[in-house]
Amino acid sequence: MARNVSTGRKLITTVVAWTIGILIFFPILWTFLTSFKTEAQAIASPPVFLFFDWTTENYSEVQSRSDYLKHFMNSVVVSFGSTLLGLLIAIPSAWAMAFSPTKRTKDVLMWMLSTKMMPPVGVLVPMYLIFRNWGLLDTRTGLVIVLTLINLPIIIWMLYTYFKEIPGEILEAARMDGASLSKEIIYVLTPMAIPGIASTLLLNIILAWNEAFWTLNLSAAKAAPLTAFIASYSSPEGLFYAKLSAASTMAIAPILILGWFSQKQLVRGLTFGAVK
Amino acid sequence: MNLRTFLLGTCSAVALAGLAQAETLTIATVNNGDMIRMQKLTDDFTSKNPDIQLEWVTLEENVLRQRVTTDIATKGGQYDIMTIGTYEVPIWAKQGWLLPLDNLGPEYDVDDLLPAIRSGLTIDGKLYAAPFYGESSMVMYRKDLFEKAGLTMPDAPTWDFIADAARKITDKGNEIYGICLRGKAGWGENMAFLTATANAFGARWFDENWKPQFDQPEWKNALDFYVKLMNDAGPPGASSNGFNENLSLFQTGKCGMWIDATVAASFVTNPKESTVADKVGFALAPDTGLGKRGNWLWAWNLAIPAGSQKAESAQKFIAWATGKDYLKLVAEKEGWANVPPGTRTSLYENPEYQKAAPFAKMTLDSINAADPKNPAVKPVPYVGVQFVAIPEFQGLGTAVGQVFSAALAGQMSVDQALASAQQLSTREMTKAGYIK
Repeated sequence: MARNVSTGRKLITTVVAWTIGILIFFPILWTFLTSFKTEAQAIASPPVFLFFDWTTENYSEVQSRSDYLKHFMNSVVVSFGSTLLGLLIAIPSAWAMAFSPTKRTKDVLMWMLSTKMMPPVGVLVPMYLIFRNWGLLDTRTGLVIVLTLINLPIIIWMLYTYFKEIPGEILEAARMDGASLSKEIIYVLTPMAIPGIASTLLLNIILAWNEAFWTLNLSAAKAAPLTAFIASYSSPEGLFYAKLSAASTMAIAPILILGWFSQKQLVRGLTFGAVK
Repeated sequence: MNLRTFLLGTCSAVALAGLAQAETLTIATVNNGDMIRMQKLTDDFTSKNPDIQLEWVTLEENVLRQRVTTDIATKGGQYDIMTIGTYEVPIWAKQGWLLPLDNLGPEYDVDDLLPAIRSGLTIDGKLYAAPFYGESSMVMYRKDLFEKAGLTMPDAPTWDFIADAARKITDKGNEIYGICLRGKAGWGENMAFLTATANAFGARWFDENWKPQFDQPEWKNALDFYVKLMNDAGPPGASSNGFNENLSLFQTGKCGMWIDATVAASFVTNPKESTVADKVGFALAPDTGLGKRGNWLWAWNLAIPAGSQKAESAQKFIAWATGKDYLKLVAEKEGWANVPPGTRTSLYENPEYQKAAPFAKMTLDSINAADPKNPAVKPVPYVGVQFVAIPEFQGLGTAVGQVFSAALAGQMSVDQALASAQQLSTREMTKAGYIK
């Protein structure tokens, strides 16, 4: 039974939640507002908040200077492609580790996570050489592969945690009913783990969408995703904050909208198994 | 299939075949006004060279530097033309990473390039990169504030005058600070300014045997002077200010003086962006009477990586982008004030340009006053005015920049900062094999 919560307490939690929410959202809101200012207003001191002459000049400037659609499509292919490929590898391996653990399973999991602890720049040159030799530089395929490899430990860890929550007896029952391994994974395990898989999928699309180190370093003109699009508007010598904000807004808008629509799923998945 | 579809199909097939034959040049470049303008004007080049197509990769300066360095060091071959700075050219040319530009055509007039800029790009008599635009540093000041304080800025001020004027103009109550200078740590940030300034104070990074010189009195004078001046007359939080932060302060009327890149002149005098556009005066970077001015020398240049399969087309493009006709093209389309500055003598002799760009003479004088081969008062073993053209300098310059920035922020004393700079540069130079 839910506890009785006083109105005062409710009010406090609401105010605290809203404050935290606004604090976290503020940089994005500020970027959005700046994208409608002129360059002079963007650096005005004291800063102007809402009352300025809104202009869409920055958006038309960005649109005329770069090919947004090309970068957008690259981002879509790379983030969705790497996540799907990652899931394809991760579901069987997480299943194996969750339901048939061996003595070394914990070590394998730790070892996989440890690959995330190395600064990526440490392997930039070897990776670059491999990509050069295999002709993968500046290709979407190359970026899909590298992002899959980078996010794979996280995908496996997340799925492993979700799968652990599913009682092994259910799978056992399916096996007793004569389900083969593939049927067991596809028809029994996957439907039960849908919230977990969905949130893993969403989180990894967001991670892949925002990944800026490898996508910038392994792409040039053809495969460059939206991260490269933003990097082309930043400058240490010259104030292009309004244009940079417009480019950033255009780059984060698709993923923000995706997150908005799927937030229920995302939250459900992230808290999945927390309360029984 | 009807006839129309058939014809359309054939036409597109022919067009596609034509495209397939054209050679595509991939050009890596930095995001700044002049480069973006060039991208808009390339129709002129492609109409003259229909067999060459251009593809641009525009990146922020530091991202670009990392990106092209990785590519050229591993012979990745992603770019046919790279935009690189004066710092990289001598290092890369010595490594054999760049092709000499010996086929720029008879109309190119290489002797028209400004000697100071050209000398930094020439190694063993060969030109390895063509300058697209060049810059130095100078004093930008508020004429109205100087008038109010009863001061007159000389054309060639001394550091004592600058410091005195900065303290007089400062009115912290009204958020007006006498002088804005770089303080943000980085080899291309505060160390560009401080290295150039130290030259004017008689200091140098290394002696003839590559021994670091931070334990010498000249560095102490320079750094002490800078920290005291900034504490008395600089804006709050100056240790995190770089070019953009100071530009923003100056444009919003908060700085009496700003010493930085000459390229800033076009921003601060632009009424669309600057609230003080009509009140800005210019002067040469200050000196201390020792014979060197504290102004630097930088150029963004176009170069071709060694091993490029498209060297001929690439040289054609470079000849177009850095040639005399390009300057005329920009003037025609966007006005003389928007022509990329600092590369050609003929531009500064052009009366139309002199009329349109009030800062032209000061830019030229500043560039001519810089000597990358003899940057300091005392002899040095290196090339470079605001940097030392050795591969180790990016890391070392940034490390020293961090301790100097900490001294400005008051986290350590000037003596501590210098001792620390001396220690870490001695260690680095010994490790790299310069100090035997």
